[in-house]
Amino acid sequence: MWNYSEKVMEHYRNPRNVGSIDDADAIGEAGSLSCGDMLKLYLKVDKNGIITDAKFQTFGCGSAVASSSILTEMVIGKHIDEARKITNKQIVDALGGLPPEKMHCSVMGHEALEAAIADYYNEEITIQKDEEVVCNCFHITKTFLENEIKSNNLKTIDDVINYTKAGGACGRCQGKIKAILDDINSAKPKQENLTKTQLIIKINNIIEKYISPELRKDGGDIELIDVEDNEIKVKLSGKCQLCNRSQLTLTHFVEATLREHVNENIRITQV
Amino acid sequence: MNNSKLVYLDNNATTKVDEKVLEVMLPYFSQYYGNPSSIYEFGGKNSNAIKEAREQVRDFFGANSSKEIFFTASGSESANMAIRGILSADKSKNHLITTKVEHPCVLNLHKQLEKEGYNITYVGVNSAGEINLDELFDSVNDKTALVSCMYANNETGTIFPVEEIAEKVKSINPKTKIYVDAVQAAGKIEINVKDTQIDMMGISGHKFHAPKGIGSLYVKSSTLITPLIIGGHQENGKRAGTENVPFIIGMAKAAQLAKESLNYEMTEVKRLRNKLETGLLSKIFNARLNSSSNNRVPNTTNIGFEYVEGELILLNMNDVGICASSGSACTSGSLDPSHVLKAMGVPFTALHGSIRFSLSRFTTEEEIDYTIAKMPEIIDRLTKISPFQKELKELRERKGII
Repeated sequence: MWNYSEKVMEHYRNPRNVGSIDDADAIGEAGSLSCGDMLKLYLKVDKNGIITDAKFQTFGCGSAVASSSILTEMVIGKHIDEARKITNKQIVDALGGLPPEKMHCSVMGHEALEAAIADYYNEEITIQKDEEVVCNCFHITKTFLENEIKSNNLKTIDDVINYTKAGGACGRCQGKIKAILDDINSAKPKQENLTKTQLIIKINNIIEKYISPELRKDGGDIELIDVEDNEIKVKLSGKCQLCNRSQLTLTHFVEATLREHVNENIRITQV
Repeated sequence: MNNSKLVYLDNNATTKVDEKVLEVMLPYFSQYYGNPSSIYEFGGKNSNAIKEAREQVRDFFGANSSKEIFFTASGSESANMAIRGILSADKSKNHLITTKVEHPCVLNLHKQLEKEGYNITYVGVNSAGEINLDELFDSVNDKTALVSCMYANNETGTIFPVEEIAEKVKSINPKTKIYVDAVQAAGKIEINVKDTQIDMMGISGHKFHAPKGIGSLYVKSSTLITPLIIGGHQENGKRAGTENVPFIIGMAKAAQLAKESLNYEMTEVKRLRNKLETGLLSKIFNARLNSSSNNRVPNTTNIGFEYVEGELILLNMNDVGICASSGSACTSGSLDPSHVLKAMGVPFTALHGSIRFSLSRFTTEEEIDYTIAKMPEIIDRLTKISPFQKELKELRERKGII
C-alpha cells in the first residue's frame, strides 16, 4: 500500500477537469500505453494568452491521475508563459508530496504541459535522429535524463528511476545512467557572481562542512580570517600549527577543496 | 473507505488463519513451550507432537514416509533448500530448466545461479498460460541437473502437468531431478506425490489457512540434498534451528482441513469463481479473460480491463472494501508489469489493467454478488478518464454494444 497524502487520495477519488476540449487551443501528450501511463492535456487559451480552461485524460495509477488533476487546477487562470514556469516539483508540493517511486508521475504532468505549450506556439519538440536513447524500455533520451537530473538534483540510480522510470524495467541501461550521473555530479560548478558577503558565507560553509572535520581527525583545525577577491586568508590551529607538512595540507587539501567548490582561481595564504 | 465492508479476494497472496488452526496452536506458545530436543518430558513430548504433525503433512503430500517431510519457514525457503540442495549434492551437471512464469523465489534463484555459472533454460508458455511442453522436453540433455516447474501459477491459476513432465523428463535423462513448487496448488487441488517421478515439492502454510512463516518441503527418500542451514540435528540434519512448534502444529491442522475441503474447493469455490468471472466479463465491455485455460485451480481468475490502469482500479476497489491484486507495474513500484502476463503475450492494452481475483473456502456468495455489482461502476468511471476514448469506442462497437 502506498503512503499517499490526503491530497493525492482526494484527487484520484474526485479528479477535477476530466475529459477533452473539442476546440482546444493546445494539446499535449506524455507517456504511452506500453509504458503503463499516459496523459493527454487540453488547454483553452484566450486572446490575451490566459488559460481559461484545462482538461485531462490519464491512463495511469492513482498518483498519475492526481498529478494530472492538480495540474489542470494549477494552470487555469494563468498566462501561458506563467504556466510554462511550473515545475514538476511544484506539482509534487501541491499534492502534499508523492512517494519516491511515484515521482515520475509529476514528471509526466510537467512533460505534457511542456508539450501543450509547445503546441500552442507551434514549436517542434522532436527527438533528433542522432539523439542517444539511453533507456530503450521507456524510450528515454540522454538529453531528457540530463535535464531531469539537473533540475531535480538527482544523485543515485534509484532517484533517476523514481523520477524518470529510466533503468527501472530491464535495468540494462543502469551503467549508462550511472555514467551520466557521475558526469553531472562531478562537473565543476560554473563561476557565480557572488557579493563579498555571499562569497565569505559560502567559503566558510565549505570549510565547516568539508575541511574542518578532516583536520580535526588529526587533532588540528582551521579558521577563516579574511577574503580578498580570490585570496583567502586562513589560520591553522591545534596540531596543524606545528605540523611541518601544513603547507602541503593547505595547497593539496584546503586550496584544492575550495577550488573545486568555489572557483579555479582561489589562493590560500596562512596568517 | 467503507470500513465495515471487507471482501477479501486475494487468497493467492495470503489467507486468513482458520480458527480451528489457531486453536490447536495456542497451547504451544505459553503452555507447552519446551524445546523438543530436550531430554525431560516437558520438552520431549513436543517432539511427539511434531512427529504427529509430520505424519499429517506426509498424508497431505501423499508421501510414502514422514522421513521425506521437512519443515521450513516459507515456500521460498523450500524452493531454495531443494534447488541449492540438489546442486550442492551433485556438482557433475551444470544445466537447469525452469519456466518463465515461476514465482520469484524460483525465478530469481535461477538468475542468481546463472551468475554463478549454470546454464539455464527458461521455458515459455502459450497465451492461455500453458507451458510449452515440447520446448521443455527438447531442452533436457545429459547435463541437466534439475527441472523446476510450478504446480499452479499464482497469477493465472493455470495448472501445469507436473506428473507428466516428471515422467517424460526422467525418460530422457533418468538422473535429472524434478522440483515442483506446489505453493499455489496445495489446498486447492490434490497434490499427490505417490507413484510419481517428482523428487521434491514445496508448499507454504499461509496459502491454505495456516499462519505466515511456515512451509514444508517433500524430498523423496532416494533423493540426496545438502542442507542449506547448518547447525543442530533438527529435521534429520537437513535444516538446523529449533523447531517452530506452534506453527508446525498449525500447518499440520491446516493441511488436514484443506484435504477435507478439496471437494468443496472443486465444487462450491469453483462455482463462485465462475460466477464472478462470467459476471464481470458479461457486464464490462472492456474486460478480457487473461487465463482462459480449462485446467485451472478452482479459486483464481485473472481479468484484464483494457485501457485502464491496475493500481487505479485497486485503489477504487479498496474504497468499497474489495481486496484483490494486480500485475500492473505501478502496484509494486517495480515499473515492469507482470512477467507472467508478459510471457503469455497479454496485449499492452490489458497488461497494465490486469486484476487477479482469488477466492477461498471462506468466500461467500454475497461477497461475489457485491463484487459483481460494484466492479462495472468502478471500471466505467475509470474508463471515462482514459485518453484512449477512440480505441474504447471501437472496442465497444466490436463487442456489439451501443
